[in-house]
Amino acid sequence: MSPREKFYWLMAGVGGLMLIASLIGAVLHIRVKTDVGRDVVQNLNSRIRAWWVMIGVFAVAFLLGKNTTLGLFAAMSFFALREFVTLTPTKRGDHIPLFLSFFVLIPAQYFLIGDGWYGLFAIFIPVYAFLLLPAFAALAGDIDGFLERTAKIQWAVMVTVYCVSHAPALLLLDIEGYQGQNALLLFFLVMVVQLSDVLQYVSGKLFGRTKIAPVVSPSKTVEGFVGGALAACLVGCAMWWITPFSPLEALGMSFIIVLMGFLGGLALSAVKRSLGAKDWGTMIKGHGGMLDRIDSISFAAPIFFHFTRYFF
Amino acid sequence: MRVSGALLVGLTKVLVGAHPRWQGSQPSAAQRIYFANHTSHMDTLAIWSALPPSLRATTRPVAAKDYWGKGPLRRYFATQSLRAVLIERSREGRQGDPLQPLTETLLQGHSLILFPEGTRGAESVPRAFKSGLFHLMQGFPAVELIPVYLENLRRAMPKGTFVPVPFICTVRFGGPLHRVPDENKESFLERARSAVVALS
Repeated sequence: MSPREKFYWLMAGVGGLMLIASLIGAVLHIRVKTDVGRDVVQNLNSRIRAWWVMIGVFAVAFLLGKNTTLGLFAAMSFFALREFVTLTPTKRGDHIPLFLSFFVLIPAQYFLIGDGWYGLFAIFIPVYAFLLLPAFAALAGDIDGFLERTAKIQWAVMVTVYCVSHAPALLLLDIEGYQGQNALLLFFLVMVVQLSDVLQYVSGKLFGRTKIAPVVSPSKTVEGFVGGALAACLVGCAMWWITPFSPLEALGMSFIIVLMGFLGGLALSAVKRSLGAKDWGTMIKGHGGMLDRIDSISFAAPIFFHFTRYFF
Repeated sequence: MRVSGALLVGLTKVLVGAHPRWQGSQPSAAQRIYFANHTSHMDTLAIWSALPPSLRATTRPVAAKDYWGKGPLRRYFATQSLRAVLIERSREGRQGDPLQPLTETLLQGHSLILFPEGTRGAESVPRAFKSGLFHLMQGFPAVELIPVYLENLRRAMPKGTFVPVPFICTVRFGGPLHRVPDENKESFLERARSAVVALS
């Protein structure tokens, strides 16, 4: 099968899953009786509708090729960073570092992927941006809360730009016998992360009892995690034929993705709540903000990227 | 005009979101004066973008001639895309009634977007209002006065900076200011200011 044919089969599979989800949503909408239940079903249905849109955007970007995919992820970084800095108490003295983060760091980071310059892509933000952002902030001359402000901006850029960019960076890996198919590997990552989120949500709603970290993320339960993670790993394993992995390797990689995604959701939820918010934003109906949707990708992508790069 | 206007709205939404929150009133074709706190050069665009497209054509922002009238590009966007009403801020440049362009626009049946502080402030709450709003209120008793609070825009482009930084900004529309018969200027202006502060 050519990569394109594989992609069409995958989209048919995803479309089928979404149809089933929409059908279940419609049935629940008719059958729900209580007020609490109605809220849950309404949230579920707006999530499903948002999924259709997100899958559509993704599919189009895939078909249009590498640059469009990079553009899509750059836009995701842009909106996620916008959400992060909005919740962060920045001051006038942060204006130039913030401007540079949005309009220099994001384009540069994604340009480096498009250019295939791995060496600079890997250190550009952790070295150059890390040093220069506080330097520019210092030039503004405001020492009030300087370390806190600078650290928060560095954190925001690391998570929303550096970490997220590792997902499309899969496109620049050179894997023997897998040339020209890297877009499918990106699809594998996104699919496993997002399915894991969805399945953990569903399994948590059905069987959730024991909360893992009630203060940080009240919806995460042991039952939800185990059920969702297991199911997502099995689906990931079943997708081995689009990856350079054997079925067993695909299962292991899925487990790493699922685990990191879970930890990312947890850690970023703690960050979000320490900034005094329940959702990062309101951009994606039913889900919250952009960062609520890609928090797990931001943690899973760098680790999956380096595992793949090291072992394959 | 339509294309460049849509372009400006798109750019504004990408940069600062400009999400409307109708807290005390609903979008309506009734003739209105929207008055808001003023903290950045993007305020006008933010309110205009937050309005439904159908109302943008008949809602005219009031803009300072010394800023928006400067240079061909700014002037084009102000007068052609936003169809702003340009007014003279400095006393030296004025001839006759400074409010005349505004009263003419209201007489045409259009709505106005106004920043009664007259200039941009650095704080999150507005300073004392200038008297223009009072005279317009007296001259046009049927026009609804809608207080508007712009949240976060002072972070996006604070006074003294020349480039915007993306932040999620909210445009809060309050309920119409009720009219008190025979109210004096000072107490009306303070009441109008409080209505904006109350939305913050």
